[in-house]
Amino acid sequence: MNVQSEETLRATILDSLLSVAPDIDAAALDPHLEFREQFDFDSMDYLSLATALHARLGVDVPEVDYPKLGSLDGCVRYIADALSRRSSP
Amino acid sequence: MPSLGADMESAVVTQWLVKPGDRVERGHVVATVETAKGIIDIEIFGSGVIEKLAAAVGDSVPVGGLLASYRAEAEAAAPAAARAPPATAPPEAAAPRPSPGPTPASPIMSGAARPPGAPPSRDSAAERRLVSPAARKRAAELGIDLASVGPARAGLAITIGDVERAAERAAGATGAQPAAPPSRTAGPSDMRGVIAQAMSRSKREIPHYYVGTTIEMTHAVRFVRTWNAEHPVTERLHVGALLIKAVALALEKAPELNGFWRDGRFEPSAAINVGTATRLRRGGLLAPALEAANRQPLPNLMRRFQDVVERARSAHLRQTELADATITVSSLGEGGAETIYPIIHPPQVAIVGFGSVVTRPWVIGGAVAPASVMTATLSADHRVSDGHRGSQFLLAIDRLLQEPEKL
Repeated sequence: MNVQSEETLRATILDSLLSVAPDIDAAALDPHLEFREQFDFDSMDYLSLATALHARLGVDVPEVDYPKLGSLDGCVRYIADALSRRSSP
Repeated sequence: MPSLGADMESAVVTQWLVKPGDRVERGHVVATVETAKGIIDIEIFGSGVIEKLAAAVGDSVPVGGLLASYRAEAEAAAPAAARAPPATAPPEAAAPRPSPGPTPASPIMSGAARPPGAPPSRDSAAERRLVSPAARKRAAELGIDLASVGPARAGLAITIGDVERAAERAAGATGAQPAAPPSRTAGPSDMRGVIAQAMSRSKREIPHYYVGTTIEMTHAVRFVRTWNAEHPVTERLHVGALLIKAVALALEKAPELNGFWRDGRFEPSAAINVGTATRLRRGGLLAPALEAANRQPLPNLMRRFQDVVERARSAHLRQTELADATITVSSLGEGGAETIYPIIHPPQVAIVGFGSVVTRPWVIGGAVAPASVMTATLSADHRVSDGHRGSQFLLAIDRLLQEPEKL
Protein backbone atom coordinates (compact mmCIF):
# COMPACT_ATOMS: atom_id res chain seq x y z
CA MET A 1 0.00 0.00 0.00
CA ASN A 2 1.18 3.47 -0.84
CA VAL A 3 1.96 5.68 2.08
CA GLN A 4 0.34 9.02 1.41
CA SER A 5 2.64 11.89 0.73
CA GLU A 6 3.07 14.08 3.77
CA GLU A 7 1.48 17.03 2.06
CA THR A 8 -1.71 15.15 1.20
CA LEU A 9 -1.81 13.77 4.70
CA ARG A 10 -1.37 17.22 6.21
CA ALA A 11 -4.24 18.57 4.09
CA THR A 12 -6.50 15.69 5.13
CA ILE A 13 -5.67 16.23 8.78
CA LEU A 14 -6.30 19.97 8.48
CA ASP A 15 -9.62 19.17 6.85
CA SER A 16 -10.50 16.87 9.78
CA LEU A 17 -9.55 19.62 12.21
CA LEU A 18 -11.78 22.13 10.41
CA SER A 19 -14.67 19.70 10.36
CA VAL A 20 -14.68 19.54 14.18
CA ALA A 21 -13.62 23.16 14.78
CA PRO A 22 -15.05 25.19 11.89
CA ASP A 23 -14.65 28.40 13.87
CA ILE A 24 -10.86 28.49 13.67
CA ASP A 25 -8.77 30.27 11.06
CA ALA A 26 -6.76 27.64 9.18
CA ALA A 27 -4.40 30.18 7.63
CA ALA A 28 -3.44 31.58 11.02
CA LEU A 29 -2.77 28.11 12.43
CA ASP A 30 0.70 27.56 13.90
CA PRO A 31 1.56 23.91 13.14
CA HIS A 32 3.93 23.65 16.12
CA LEU A 33 1.61 25.11 18.73
CA GLU A 34 -0.77 22.98 20.78
CA PHE A 35 -4.44 23.30 19.78
CA ARG A 36 -5.16 23.73 23.46
CA GLU A 37 -3.11 26.93 23.47
CA GLN A 38 -4.17 28.27 20.08
CA PHE A 39 -7.84 27.40 20.05
CA ASP A 40 -8.68 26.59 23.66
CA PHE A 41 -9.25 22.93 22.75
CA ASP A 42 -10.82 20.78 25.46
CA SER A 43 -11.06 17.02 25.88
CA MET A 44 -14.29 16.92 23.90
CA ASP A 45 -12.54 18.62 20.96
CA TYR A 46 -9.71 16.06 21.06
CA LEU A 47 -12.23 13.22 21.06
CA SER A 48 -14.03 14.79 18.10
CA LEU A 49 -10.73 15.24 16.26
CA ALA A 50 -9.84 11.58 16.87
CA THR A 51 -13.29 10.61 15.58
CA ALA A 52 -12.84 12.71 12.42
CA LEU A 53 -9.35 11.29 11.79
CA HIS A 54 -10.76 7.79 12.14
CA ALA A 55 -13.52 8.54 9.64
CA ARG A 56 -11.17 9.99 7.05
CA LEU A 57 -8.01 7.92 7.51
CA GLY A 58 -9.16 4.77 9.28
CA VAL A 59 -6.71 5.29 12.13
CA ASP A 60 -8.18 4.52 15.55
CA VAL A 61 -6.21 6.63 18.01
CA PRO A 62 -6.32 5.15 21.55
CA GLU A 63 -7.34 7.59 24.27
CA VAL A 64 -3.90 7.41 25.90
CA ASP A 65 -2.42 8.79 22.67
CA TYR A 66 -4.66 11.90 22.45
CA PRO A 67 -1.84 14.09 23.82
CA LYS A 68 0.19 13.18 20.72
CA LEU A 69 -2.53 14.81 18.59
CA GLY A 70 -1.82 18.08 20.40
CA SER A 71 -0.61 20.12 17.42
CA LEU A 72 -0.90 19.87 13.63
CA ASP A 73 2.72 18.69 13.35
CA GLY A 74 2.08 16.18 16.13
CA CYS A 75 -0.96 14.83 14.29
CA VAL A 76 0.94 14.48 11.02
CA ARG A 77 3.80 12.63 12.75
CA TYR A 78 1.48 10.34 14.68
CA ILE A 79 -0.82 9.49 11.77
CA ALA A 80 2.08 9.00 9.29
CA ASP A 81 3.61 6.64 11.80
CA ALA A 82 0.38 4.72 12.31
CA LEU A 83 -0.22 4.42 8.55
CA SER A 84 3.32 3.20 7.83
CA ARG A 85 3.08 0.62 10.62
CA ARG A 86 -0.15 -0.59 9.08
CA SER A 87 1.28 -0.82 5.56
CA SER A 88 4.47 -2.68 6.57
CA PRO A 89 3.47 -5.62 8.76
CA MET B 1 -40.97 31.97 12.00
CA PRO B 2 -40.88 29.89 15.16
CA SER B 3 -39.67 31.35 18.43
CA LEU B 4 -36.21 30.01 19.28
CA GLY B 5 -36.17 31.42 22.77
CA ALA B 6 -38.05 33.91 24.89
CA ASP B 7 -35.62 36.67 23.98
CA MET B 8 -35.85 36.29 20.22
CA GLU B 9 -37.81 38.85 18.20
CA SER B 10 -36.90 38.02 14.62
CA ALA B 11 -34.42 36.15 12.44
CA VAL B 12 -32.85 36.62 9.02
CA VAL B 13 -33.42 34.02 6.31
CA THR B 14 -29.98 32.80 5.20
CA GLN B 15 -30.88 29.96 2.85
CA TRP B 16 -33.85 28.21 1.31
CA LEU B 17 -33.42 24.46 0.85
CA VAL B 18 -36.76 24.07 -0.95
CA LYS B 19 -38.58 25.88 -3.74
CA PRO B 20 -42.26 26.09 -4.71
CA GLY B 21 -43.47 22.72 -5.98
CA ASP B 22 -41.05 20.69 -3.82
CA ARG B 23 -42.50 17.84 -1.79
CA VAL B 24 -41.60 18.03 1.88
CA GLU B 25 -41.93 15.51 4.66
CA ARG B 26 -42.53 16.39 8.26
CA GLY B 27 -39.16 17.05 9.93
CA HIS B 28 -37.53 18.08 6.65
CA VAL B 29 -35.18 21.07 7.02
CA VAL B 30 -36.63 23.67 4.66
CA ALA B 31 -34.57 26.73 5.44
CA THR B 32 -31.82 28.13 7.61
CA VAL B 33 -32.19 31.37 9.51
CA GLU B 34 -29.68 33.43 11.38
CA THR B 35 -30.23 34.54 14.96
CA ALA B 36 -27.90 35.74 17.64
CA LYS B 37 -27.53 32.07 18.53
CA GLY B 38 -26.16 31.11 15.15
CA ILE B 39 -27.53 29.60 11.97
CA ILE B 40 -30.58 27.51 12.82
CA ASP B 41 -32.22 24.81 10.72
CA ILE B 42 -35.95 25.35 10.35
CA GLU B 43 -37.88 22.09 10.23
CA ILE B 44 -41.35 21.75 8.79
CA PHE B 45 -43.99 20.19 11.01
CA GLY B 46 -46.19 18.63 8.34
CA SER B 47 -45.93 16.99 4.94
CA GLY B 48 -47.07 18.38 1.61
CA VAL B 49 -45.98 20.52 -1.31
CA ILE B 50 -44.32 23.93 -0.96
CA GLU B 51 -46.57 26.57 -2.44
CA LYS B 52 -44.88 29.87 -1.90
CA LEU B 53 -41.77 31.26 -0.23
CA ALA B 54 -42.94 34.42 1.50
CA ALA B 55 -39.52 35.63 2.64
CA ALA B 56 -36.38 36.05 0.56
CA VAL B 57 -32.82 35.32 1.63
CA GLY B 58 -31.67 38.34 3.64
CA ASP B 59 -35.18 39.23 4.85
CA SER B 60 -35.68 39.71 8.55
CA VAL B 61 -38.86 37.92 9.65
CA PRO B 62 -40.47 38.55 13.05
CA VAL B 63 -41.45 35.63 15.29
CA GLY B 64 -44.85 34.45 14.13
CA GLY B 65 -44.32 36.02 10.70
CA LEU B 66 -44.86 34.02 7.51
CA LEU B 67 -41.84 32.19 6.08
CA ALA B 68 -43.57 30.06 3.47
CA SER B 69 -46.81 28.28 2.81
CA TYR B 70 -47.42 24.72 1.71
CA ARG B 71 -50.36 22.56 0.76
CA ALA B 72 -50.84 19.74 3.23
CA GLU B 73 -50.77 16.13 2.07
CA ALA B 74 -54.51 15.60 1.40
CA GLU B 75 -55.01 18.96 -0.30
CA ALA B 76 -51.99 18.45 -2.50
CA ALA B 77 -53.72 15.57 -4.25
CA ALA B 78 -56.70 17.72 -5.17
CA PRO B 79 -56.10 20.15 -8.01
CA ALA B 80 -56.58 23.86 -7.35
CA ALA B 81 -56.84 23.38 -3.64
CA ALA B 82 -58.13 26.33 -1.71
CA ARG B 83 -55.31 28.73 -1.02
CA ALA B 84 -55.19 30.52 2.24
CA PRO B 85 -54.38 34.20 1.77
CA PRO B 86 -50.91 34.53 3.30
CA ALA B 87 -51.67 37.82 5.03
CA THR B 88 -54.33 36.43 7.33
CA ALA B 89 -52.76 33.81 9.57
CA PRO B 90 -52.24 31.08 6.99
CA PRO B 91 -53.04 27.71 8.50
CA GLU B 92 -50.17 26.02 6.69
CA ALA B 93 -47.34 28.39 7.48
CA ALA B 94 -44.03 26.58 7.49
CA ALA B 95 -42.92 25.47 10.94
CA PRO B 96 -46.09 26.57 12.69
CA ARG B 97 -44.69 25.44 15.98
CA PRO B 98 -46.68 26.23 19.08
CA SER B 99 -44.73 27.63 22.01
CA PRO B 100 -42.72 24.81 23.59
CA GLY B 101 -44.93 22.94 26.00
CA PRO B 102 -44.10 20.28 28.53
CA THR B 103 -45.46 17.46 26.41
CA PRO B 104 -44.84 18.00 22.73
CA ALA B 105 -47.61 16.35 20.78
CA SER B 106 -45.83 16.14 17.46
CA PRO B 107 -43.51 13.13 17.17
CA ILE B 108 -40.85 15.17 15.40
CA MET B 109 -40.35 17.17 18.55
CA SER B 110 -39.74 14.23 20.84
CA GLY B 111 -36.17 13.20 21.36
CA ALA B 112 -36.93 9.56 20.68
CA ALA B 113 -38.13 10.33 17.19
CA ARG B 114 -34.80 11.72 16.18
CA PRO B 115 -32.14 9.06 15.59
CA PRO B 116 -29.15 9.51 17.86
CA GLY B 117 -26.50 11.73 16.38
CA ALA B 118 -28.40 12.09 13.14
CA PRO B 119 -27.43 15.30 11.44
CA PRO B 120 -30.19 17.46 10.05
CA SER B 121 -31.19 16.37 6.59
CA ARG B 122 -28.79 18.12 4.29
CA ASP B 123 -30.01 18.73 0.79
CA SER B 124 -26.93 20.73 0.03
CA ALA B 125 -24.53 18.57 1.99
CA ALA B 126 -21.83 18.79 -0.66
CA GLU B 127 -22.03 22.55 -0.70
CA ARG B 128 -22.02 22.85 3.09
CA ARG B 129 -18.95 20.70 3.40
CA LEU B 130 -17.00 23.21 1.42
CA VAL B 131 -18.06 26.31 3.33
CA SER B 132 -18.08 26.28 7.09
CA PRO B 133 -21.29 27.70 8.57
CA ALA B 134 -19.24 30.21 10.54
CA ALA B 135 -17.68 31.37 7.26
CA ARG B 136 -21.09 31.56 5.61
CA LYS B 137 -22.34 33.69 8.47
CA ARG B 138 -19.33 36.01 8.36
CA ALA B 139 -19.68 36.39 4.60
CA ALA B 140 -23.28 37.52 5.06
CA GLU B 141 -22.21 39.97 7.73
CA LEU B 142 -19.50 41.45 5.55
CA GLY B 143 -21.63 41.41 2.42
CA ILE B 144 -19.13 39.12 0.67
CA ASP B 145 -20.30 36.86 -2.16
CA LEU B 146 -19.09 33.35 -1.29
CA ALA B 147 -18.55 32.65 -4.98
CA SER B 148 -15.67 35.13 -4.84
CA VAL B 149 -13.96 33.39 -1.94
CA GLY B 150 -11.53 30.51 -2.33
CA PRO B 151 -10.23 28.15 0.35
CA ALA B 152 -6.68 28.45 1.69
CA ARG B 153 -5.77 25.34 -0.32
CA ALA B 154 -7.66 23.38 -2.95
CA GLY B 155 -9.90 20.72 -1.44
CA LEU B 156 -10.25 22.48 1.90
CA ALA B 157 -13.39 24.07 3.26
CA ILE B 158 -13.72 27.84 3.06
CA THR B 159 -13.23 29.13 6.58
CA ILE B 160 -13.99 32.34 8.36
CA GLY B 161 -10.37 33.46 7.84
CA ASP B 162 -10.71 33.07 4.05
CA VAL B 163 -13.85 35.19 4.11
CA GLU B 164 -12.23 37.91 6.20
CA ARG B 165 -9.21 38.03 3.91
CA ALA B 166 -11.47 38.21 0.87
CA ALA B 167 -13.30 41.11 2.51
CA GLU B 168 -10.00 42.90 3.14
CA ARG B 169 -8.95 42.36 -0.46
CA ALA B 170 -12.29 43.63 -1.72
CA ALA B 171 -12.07 46.71 0.48
CA GLY B 172 -8.50 47.32 -0.64
CA ALA B 173 -9.29 46.95 -4.32
CA THR B 174 -12.16 49.39 -4.39
CA GLY B 175 -10.90 51.59 -1.59
CA ALA B 176 -14.33 51.17 -0.04
CA GLN B 177 -15.62 49.67 3.15
CA PRO B 178 -17.27 46.26 2.90
CA ALA B 179 -20.98 46.51 2.17
CA ALA B 180 -23.13 47.19 5.18
CA PRO B 181 -24.70 44.08 6.68
CA PRO B 182 -28.42 43.65 6.09
CA SER B 183 -30.54 45.37 8.70
CA ARG B 184 -31.58 43.07 11.49
CA THR B 185 -32.47 43.07 15.12
CA ALA B 186 -30.17 40.23 16.12
CA GLY B 187 -26.85 39.11 14.64
CA PRO B 188 -23.96 37.02 15.88
CA SER B 189 -22.19 40.04 17.33
CA ASP B 190 -25.31 40.56 19.41
CA MET B 191 -24.83 37.28 21.25
CA ARG B 192 -23.31 39.13 24.20
CA GLY B 193 -26.39 41.35 24.17
CA VAL B 194 -28.71 38.34 24.22
CA ILE B 195 -26.81 36.81 27.13
CA ALA B 196 -26.87 40.17 28.92
CA GLN B 197 -30.62 40.44 28.50
CA ALA B 198 -31.39 36.89 29.67
CA MET B 199 -29.00 37.01 32.61
CA SER B 200 -30.15 40.48 33.75
CA ARG B 201 -33.69 39.19 33.72
CA SER B 202 -32.56 36.15 35.70
CA LYS B 203 -30.88 38.22 38.40
CA ARG B 204 -33.73 40.74 38.46
CA GLU B 205 -36.66 38.34 38.59
CA ILE B 206 -35.56 34.97 39.94
CA PRO B 207 -35.01 34.55 43.68
CA HIS B 208 -32.12 32.08 43.49
CA TYR B 209 -30.95 29.79 46.24
CA TYR B 210 -27.71 27.86 45.99
CA VAL B 211 -26.53 24.51 47.34
CA GLY B 212 -23.26 22.71 46.68
CA THR B 213 -21.49 19.47 47.48
CA THR B 214 -18.27 17.61 46.65
CA ILE B 215 -18.63 14.35 44.75
CA GLU B 216 -16.02 11.61 44.63
CA MET B 217 -15.33 10.86 40.97
CA THR B 218 -12.90 7.91 41.27
CA HIS B 219 -15.44 5.37 39.97
CA ALA B 220 -16.82 7.56 37.19
CA VAL B 221 -13.35 8.50 35.93
CA ARG B 222 -12.17 4.88 36.05
CA PHE B 223 -15.33 3.69 34.32
CA VAL B 224 -14.78 6.12 31.43
CA ARG B 225 -11.09 5.27 31.16
CA THR B 226 -11.75 1.52 31.08
CA TRP B 227 -14.64 1.89 28.63
CA ASN B 228 -12.54 4.04 26.30
CA ALA B 229 -9.64 1.59 26.33
CA GLU B 230 -12.03 -1.16 25.24
CA HIS B 231 -13.99 0.74 22.59
CA PRO B 232 -13.13 2.21 19.19
CA VAL B 233 -13.01 5.98 18.90
CA THR B 234 -16.54 6.13 17.52
CA GLU B 235 -17.96 4.64 20.73
CA ARG B 236 -15.92 6.44 23.36
CA LEU B 237 -17.39 8.29 26.31
CA HIS B 238 -16.69 11.61 27.99
CA VAL B 239 -17.28 12.29 31.68
CA GLY B 240 -19.59 15.12 30.60
CA ALA B 241 -22.11 12.61 29.24
CA LEU B 242 -22.19 10.79 32.61
CA LEU B 243 -22.91 14.08 34.37
CA ILE B 244 -25.79 14.89 32.02
CA LYS B 245 -27.28 11.41 32.42
CA ALA B 246 -26.97 11.56 36.23
CA VAL B 247 -28.72 14.96 36.28
CA ALA B 248 -31.50 13.66 34.01
CA LEU B 249 -32.10 10.56 36.14
CA ALA B 250 -32.05 12.53 39.40
CA LEU B 251 -34.64 14.93 37.91
CA GLU B 252 -37.14 12.09 37.59
CA LYS B 253 -37.56 12.39 41.35
CA ALA B 254 -37.25 16.19 41.50
CA PRO B 255 -39.97 17.50 39.17
CA GLU B 256 -39.92 20.97 40.76
CA LEU B 257 -36.48 21.57 39.26
CA ASN B 258 -37.52 20.65 35.71
CA GLY B 259 -39.74 23.01 33.75
CA PHE B 260 -40.56 26.67 33.31
CA TRP B 261 -41.77 29.66 35.30
CA ARG B 262 -44.29 31.41 33.10
CA ASP B 263 -47.01 33.97 33.80
CA GLY B 264 -46.53 33.82 37.54
CA ARG B 265 -46.69 30.07 37.92
CA PHE B 266 -44.56 26.95 37.57
CA GLU B 267 -45.16 24.65 34.62
CA PRO B 268 -43.45 21.32 35.30
CA SER B 269 -42.20 19.44 32.24
CA ALA B 270 -42.84 15.75 31.69
CA ALA B 271 -39.94 15.61 29.25
CA ILE B 272 -36.42 15.97 30.67
CA ASN B 273 -34.45 17.96 28.12
CA VAL B 274 -31.04 18.87 29.46
CA GLY B 275 -29.46 22.00 28.00
CA THR B 276 -25.69 21.76 27.93
CA ALA B 277 -23.89 25.10 28.18
CA THR B 278 -21.35 25.12 25.36
CA ARG B 279 -18.60 27.72 25.16
CA LEU B 280 -17.98 29.14 21.71
CA ARG B 281 -14.47 29.90 20.56
CA ARG B 282 -15.37 33.29 19.14
CA GLY B 283 -17.10 34.33 22.37
CA GLY B 284 -20.42 33.68 24.00
CA LEU B 285 -22.14 30.41 24.73
CA LEU B 286 -25.15 28.35 23.73
CA ALA B 287 -27.04 25.66 25.61
CA PRO B 288 -28.51 23.20 23.10
CA ALA B 289 -30.89 20.63 24.58
CA LEU B 290 -30.35 16.89 24.77
CA GLU B 291 -33.94 15.74 24.58
CA ALA B 292 -35.27 12.99 26.84
CA ALA B 293 -31.76 12.61 28.28
CA ASN B 294 -33.07 10.38 31.09
CA ARG B 295 -34.21 7.77 28.56
CA GLN B 296 -31.13 7.65 26.35
CA PRO B 297 -28.67 4.80 26.83
CA LEU B 298 -25.33 6.38 27.75
CA PRO B 299 -23.55 5.65 24.42
CA ASN B 300 -26.44 7.23 22.45
CA LEU B 301 -26.54 10.23 24.75
CA MET B 302 -22.79 10.61 24.31
CA ARG B 303 -23.04 10.66 20.50
CA ARG B 304 -25.82 13.25 20.63
CA PHE B 305 -23.82 15.30 23.12
CA GLN B 306 -20.80 15.27 20.82
CA ASP B 307 -22.99 16.14 17.85
CA VAL B 308 -24.70 19.16 19.45
CA VAL B 309 -21.44 20.53 20.84
CA GLU B 310 -19.87 20.39 17.37
CA ARG B 311 -22.89 21.95 15.74
CA ALA B 312 -23.20 24.66 18.40
CA ARG B 313 -19.59 25.57 17.69
CA SER B 314 -20.16 25.62 13.95
CA ALA B 315 -23.24 27.78 14.63
CA HIS B 316 -25.62 25.24 13.19
CA LEU B 317 -28.30 24.00 15.53
CA ARG B 318 -31.89 22.97 15.02
CA GLN B 319 -34.74 25.05 16.32
CA THR B 320 -35.97 22.44 18.80
CA GLU B 321 -32.51 22.12 20.30
CA LEU B 322 -32.50 25.80 21.17
CA ALA B 323 -36.01 26.10 22.52
CA ASP B 324 -36.58 22.84 24.36
CA ALA B 325 -34.23 22.76 27.37
CA THR B 326 -36.09 22.23 30.65
CA ILE B 327 -32.95 22.63 32.80
CA THR B 328 -29.32 23.53 32.05
CA VAL B 329 -26.01 21.93 33.00
CA SER B 330 -22.88 24.08 33.04
CA SER B 331 -19.70 22.05 33.29
CA LEU B 332 -16.22 23.55 33.45
CA GLY B 333 -14.50 20.48 31.96
CA GLU B 334 -10.96 19.62 32.94
CA GLY B 335 -8.26 22.10 33.76
CA GLY B 336 -10.72 24.71 34.98
CA ALA B 337 -11.75 26.16 38.32
CA GLU B 338 -13.06 23.92 41.09
CA THR B 339 -16.48 25.45 41.46
CA ILE B 340 -18.96 27.30 39.29
CA TYR B 341 -22.01 29.19 40.59
CA PRO B 342 -24.21 29.50 37.51
CA ILE B 343 -27.43 31.50 37.34
CA ILE B 344 -30.71 30.25 35.95
CA HIS B 345 -31.59 30.71 32.30
CA PRO B 346 -35.19 31.98 32.29
CA PRO B 347 -37.83 30.66 31.97
CA GLN B 348 -36.13 27.56 33.43
CA VAL B 349 -36.11 27.11 37.20
CA ALA B 350 -32.76 25.43 37.88
CA ILE B 351 -29.20 25.09 36.62
CA VAL B 352 -26.56 22.58 37.72
CA GLY B 353 -22.87 23.50 37.77
CA PHE B 354 -19.96 21.06 37.75
CA GLY B 355 -16.40 22.16 38.47
CA SER B 356 -13.29 20.48 37.10
CA VAL B 357 -12.39 17.03 38.38
CA VAL B 358 -9.37 17.54 40.66
CA THR B 359 -7.22 15.35 42.94
CA ARG B 360 -7.74 16.32 46.60
CA PRO B 361 -7.34 14.74 50.04
CA TRP B 362 -10.44 12.66 50.72
CA VAL B 363 -11.53 10.54 53.65
CA ILE B 364 -11.97 6.91 52.63
CA GLY B 365 -12.66 4.35 55.36
CA GLY B 366 -11.49 6.67 58.13
CA ALA B 367 -8.16 7.53 56.49
CA VAL B 368 -7.16 10.44 54.30
CA ALA B 369 -6.07 9.52 50.79
CA PRO B 370 -5.82 11.34 47.46
CA ALA B 371 -8.96 10.99 45.33
CA SER B 372 -10.55 12.46 42.20
CA VAL B 373 -13.33 14.80 43.31
CA MET B 374 -15.61 17.37 41.72
CA THR B 375 -17.90 20.03 43.14
CA ALA B 376 -21.54 20.11 42.08
CA THR B 377 -23.68 23.19 42.62
CA LEU B 378 -27.36 23.80 42.11
CA SER B 379 -28.92 27.21 41.60
CA ALA B 380 -32.67 26.96 41.75
CA ASP B 381 -35.76 29.17 41.80
CA HIS B 382 -37.03 29.63 45.37
CA ARG B 383 -40.53 30.34 44.06
CA VAL B 384 -40.70 26.68 43.06
CA SER B 385 -38.44 24.66 45.36
CA ASP B 386 -36.51 24.90 48.63
CA GLY B 387 -32.91 24.30 49.62
CA HIS B 388 -33.71 20.99 51.25
CA ARG B 389 -35.10 19.65 47.97
CA GLY B 390 -32.10 20.99 46.10
CA SER B 391 -29.80 19.30 48.57
CA GLN B 392 -31.55 15.94 48.11
CA PHE B 393 -31.24 16.36 44.36
CA LEU B 394 -27.46 16.88 44.53
CA LEU B 395 -27.08 13.86 46.78
CA ALA B 396 -29.04 11.78 44.27
CA ILE B 397 -26.60 12.88 41.53
CA ASP B 398 -23.74 11.88 43.82
CA ARG B 399 -25.22 8.40 44.38
CA LEU B 400 -25.78 7.89 40.65
CA LEU B 401 -22.18 8.80 39.86
CA GLN B 402 -20.90 6.20 42.33
CA GLU B 403 -22.36 3.46 40.10
CA PRO B 404 -21.48 4.70 36.64
CA GLU B 405 -22.08 1.32 35.00
CA LYS B 406 -25.79 1.70 35.82
CA LEU B 407 -26.15 5.07 34.10
